[in-house]
Amino acid sequence: MREMTAILKRELAGYFATPQSYVFIVIFLFATGVFTFNLGGFFESGQADLRPFFNWHPWLYLFLVPAISMRLWAEERKTGTLEVLMSLPIPVWSMVLGKFLGAWIFAGVALALTFPIWITVNYLGDPDNGVIFASYVGSLLMAGAYLAIGSCLSAVTSNQVIAFVVSVTVCFLFLAAGLPLVLDFFSGYAPSGFVQAIAGLSFLAHFTSIMDGVIRLRDILFFATLIFVWLSATAVLIDYRRQG
Amino acid sequence: MSDTLIDIRGLEKSFGLLKAVNGISFAVRRGEVLGFLGPNGAGKSTTMKMITGYLSPSAGTAFVAGFDIGRDRLAAQRAIGYLPEGAPSYGDMTPRGYLRFIAEVRGLKADAALWAIDRAVERADLAAVLDQPIETLSKGFKRRVGLAQAILHDPPILILDEPTDGLDPNQKHAVRQLIVSMAASKSIIISTHILEEVEAVCSRALIIDRGRVVADGTPEQLMARSPHHNAVTVVVGAATRSPLAEALQALPEVDRVEVEDAGETRVRLTAVPAGERAPIDAVSDLIKRDGFPVQGLYVESGRLDEVFRTLTSLDTGGHTDQSKAAAS
Repeated sequence: MREMTAILKRELAGYFATPQSYVFIVIFLFATGVFTFNLGGFFESGQADLRPFFNWHPWLYLFLVPAISMRLWAEERKTGTLEVLMSLPIPVWSMVLGKFLGAWIFAGVALALTFPIWITVNYLGDPDNGVIFASYVGSLLMAGAYLAIGSCLSAVTSNQVIAFVVSVTVCFLFLAAGLPLVLDFFSGYAPSGFVQAIAGLSFLAHFTSIMDGVIRLRDILFFATLIFVWLSATAVLIDYRRQG
Repeated sequence: MSDTLIDIRGLEKSFGLLKAVNGISFAVRRGEVLGFLGPNGAGKSTTMKMITGYLSPSAGTAFVAGFDIGRDRLAAQRAIGYLPEGAPSYGDMTPRGYLRFIAEVRGLKADAALWAIDRAVERADLAAVLDQPIETLSKGFKRRVGLAQAILHDPPILILDEPTDGLDPNQKHAVRQLIVSMAASKSIIISTHILEEVEAVCSRALIIDRGRVVADGTPEQLMARSPHHNAVTVVVGAATRSPLAEALQALPEVDRVEVEDAGETRVRLTAVPAGERAPIDAVSDLIKRDGFPVQGLYVESGRLDEVFRTLTSLDTGGHTDQSKAAAS
């Protein structure tokens, strides 16, 4: 626990000490603005809700979250600091959780900084703030799932570019698992139960369901399980490095 | 606690087909400074990585402060301070921030942490750069940041992989003095390419080649294996060269005479002994009797680089690259 806190603090300090983090936050805020107002038709819809804002999150995260997670382990492997960490008396889980939570809190800060849009919609109309809160929670959970995937794939390589590209690809598969693009690949031959199971992995479906304003246990469990599984895989991979 | 702080038994490590460490056993007692000597790729760093728990052995065990590194990794690691090869650290942090992080991970509480950081900063002479990002520091300072990290919690066991690499002669001297000053209460292992360093700081040296220990002893014992151990060297003017060389060769105590130029007008004649003992009496009697004009006369203790070259194989180039690639 103590070790985890130490790592978490170091990671957070690292995020806010480097310019790329501020670049990330600015681009994230700018992109959410462009998507919401220009592409999402926030004003044209004439409705006081934040759907045009949240609708784009799965797609924005697809590229921005791997940009956070790609360095988690790949950078430490490249610079050799992973050897320092792994020869310190730190349980593997503390390392994995500390790094993940650091990245998640950073993503949460970026997400929280979109609050002006929430103020705007309350100024302009009378939105259902319960739905908006649920959507924020759902968005944060989804970011966590993307980060967990990215963390695992960053542990496979010492090359951040490879970590980024592979993470985007795997995240896309999860994002689009419910879309015909992915399902058609299986539906020709696989049993329908399997195809449904694949569809059930869709980030889009679970996030949309949360955006409807109901935080269902099912959707929370989905993202929580996904985070747990990918972080476990990260821990296994990091520990496996001791084999050389 | 027993006095043997490090006990290595039959340690092996394979990377695929390459056997980087092939059955290394040794023990280090408290108060000993053990030097790892060997060509690049001999398995020095890999052995250190296994002792510190960064790599798990393919076979064999390492007991560190009484704990099996395989079974009780965390307990063993608490007793170790480790400076990895190349002294990696977080470039975006300052030495102060980095040492605070290490102190927190090591479980040093507020006052104890501050005190430990002060002591490490003083010992590693880091005060001047304490608040500069590590990535902006010179190679020498980076190495000392790594050293401060290793000694922060005053561990009973120190594993230092090339601690003086990249330091200037003054800094080298300071780091060696630091190692010697800490030696009494600790077991220390250092690896080095610098043979004089072994003579300066190590109470014992292991020469490692191709994953095996090929020699183990005090620096004096190792130097005694040199053909020049107990040889007598005479420095004379160039004119005296031939007559003295012939006279030395004629002595029964002398096996052969080696001639080496020492500057423009001076020559070094080295009489290699035929037996165990240094032929110093015979040589000085000869000089007195025949009245040779001698400028210098001394007994050699042996040449470590010679022992090193005889015991280790020359060509381990390919070997190195593979083990580095596998370990990175």
